[in-house]
Amino acid sequence: MITYLEAIREAQSEALEKDPRVYIYGQDIGNFGGAFKATKNLAHRFPGRVLDSPISEDAMMGSAIGAAMQGMRPIVEMQFADFSTVGFNQIVNQAATLFWRSGVSCPITVRLPSGGTPGSGPFHSQSLEALYAHYPGLILLTPATVEDAYSMLLEAVAIDDPVIFCEHKYLYYHLKAESLPKEALPVGKARISRAGRDATVVTYSAMVHEALAAADELAAEGWEIEVIDLRSIKPLDTDTVLASVARTGRVLAVGEAWPWGGVTAEVLARVSTEGFNLLDAPPMRLNSKDTPVPFHPNLWGTHRPTARTISLALRELLRA
Amino acid sequence: MKGMLPLSEAPHAAGRTSDFSETYRRAYRWMLLARVAEEKIASLYRGGKITGGVFVGRGQEAISVATGIALRDGDIFAPLIRDQAGRLAFGESLLDFTLTYLGARSGPMRGRDGNVHRGRPREGLLPMISHLGAMGSVVNGMLLAHRFQGKKHTVGAVSLGDGATSTGAFHEFINQAAVENLPLVLVITNNQFAYSTPTSRQFVCADLVDKAIGYGVRGHSVDGTDLAACLETIGGAVQTAREGGGPQFVVATSLRLSGHGEHDDSHYIPPQLRETHLGRDCLSVAEEHIRSQKWADATTIEAWHRDSHTQVEEAVAHSLREAAPDPAREDWCALSSRHLQEGPEIHPPLKY
Repeated sequence: MITYLEAIREAQSEALEKDPRVYIYGQDIGNFGGAFKATKNLAHRFPGRVLDSPISEDAMMGSAIGAAMQGMRPIVEMQFADFSTVGFNQIVNQAATLFWRSGVSCPITVRLPSGGTPGSGPFHSQSLEALYAHYPGLILLTPATVEDAYSMLLEAVAIDDPVIFCEHKYLYYHLKAESLPKEALPVGKARISRAGRDATVVTYSAMVHEALAAADELAAEGWEIEVIDLRSIKPLDTDTVLASVARTGRVLAVGEAWPWGGVTAEVLARVSTEGFNLLDAPPMRLNSKDTPVPFHPNLWGTHRPTARTISLALRELLRA
Repeated sequence: MKGMLPLSEAPHAAGRTSDFSETYRRAYRWMLLARVAEEKIASLYRGGKITGGVFVGRGQEAISVATGIALRDGDIFAPLIRDQAGRLAFGESLLDFTLTYLGARSGPMRGRDGNVHRGRPREGLLPMISHLGAMGSVVNGMLLAHRFQGKKHTVGAVSLGDGATSTGAFHEFINQAAVENLPLVLVITNNQFAYSTPTSRQFVCADLVDKAIGYGVRGHSVDGTDLAACLETIGGAVQTAREGGGPQFVVATSLRLSGHGEHDDSHYIPPQLRETHLGRDCLSVAEEHIRSQKWADATTIEAWHRDSHTQVEEAVAHSLREAAPDPAREDWCALSSRHLQEGPEIHPPLKY
């Protein structure tokens, strides 16, 4: 069995092995192996290519951009997605604008350990995909499975543009697979994780698993819920979403991130504008509450959507 | 990268050697060309011919040219808004300057970015973003790449002003360069004002160069109004970095002899400050030095002036004839992986 975290480590190892242009840069990632051990043993196996950085997110990003401009393929590990905001300027103003301004591409992969876990609190729990997706020139990946964590990270490194790779910390150890995949869907294609005819849940990352659990619960009552794993937030696979809504006539968009202007809002904007006539009921969305992410597990468990709140929302959607 | 202009042979780092006078003359001519070019663009701006801002390097051409002239092919240069002289000395074509200011689609930024935000990254010249201090770590990364790739003896120069020393990005990149012992040359022009803010509201250390000690890098101070001193100090810093001496932290002192941009009358600069040593015009000082050393006679200097005006007039005339960008031919694609671009319709790549 291989975990989601091990898949990320394996993908990095393979990238380092296959491509001499690849190096990894981040805090505590060298001999220590990273805060989550995503680079365990890699510094030893690839001397000089897995480098500890100072606590300087701006300079970490800026230097990765410069190295990419000179032909390297840097992977930057942010210790937590939350800290990437210190390097925000370099990501959104330097990396994201470079190709458009100068015609020089910027092949960097920024790994953001994202999302909540119990007890992590306001500054180690954030989901920032919508923030980065807002900016032109960035690609946003949000793998929900062990297989995708592996194949999408390899693809991220191969892409000639800046990729923000949102890996979910909650899935690091919980999620396991039998083996690593030999082939994968390309970036930009959503996956139908579970087929159904009564309603569509559009979601991504850790919420895919909450949605699947909710679908299981409703299946016991005879409802067939389709669950779409977006896999990539940007580009967003609107075609797969609309095709599903054409079949079910009902849609619920679910995200762990904050509600205002986020991915669920984007999904529903597209469904409403491009597929209004497909809808049999008003579209629904479910996000975390619009507060910082709480520390205590009792509060955290209610702050974010769960299988229970998703199934409640689905019942409402199915009644509409 | 070498431009179309006759002055474009790459001069190397200066010292007080037998060819010092030749380097000095060459540096002076770049300064003169930069001054003439910027005055022309400023004049077009006042005539309403320029969209966006105009930012000139009047009073700090000596510092800038000393940086650009010390660099060579394979090096990296991240200029800031007052580095026309250094850009030319590094090898930027005068046409890149005029085409970009005039918004021509045949310029290096194709009308997508303008004025001082131009560059040719493949040739080591970085197109600055507006966020001060942000280019430093990019240069660090390029130098790191050189290390990975086994390219030796290259140098990266970053140009900044006194205001940028207050940013977090500044602290992060100079510290990063020190940790990695990179051949980075940081040239800080302390021109006494960041837009309208005097240095007294920017920092309280006795001398900016003292900051070098805290980062564990070598500091240098130089009179930015004195071309010979700039060539020697900045050229020396570049040479030290090239030979493995690690990051170099140069503070050059001058006074900005213009507004922040051409929109700004700089009324906040006290007139008495202009009367001090700081207020000397480095271009006039350099020209006087050439005359007094008899490194060129009056006829030659006059010919240099004429040549600069001719080059500028030709570049401007050419650029004015060039087409503006056409939104219908713009591909509106922010990604090099075109199939991953979001949006209603992706057009074929631009073929300008």
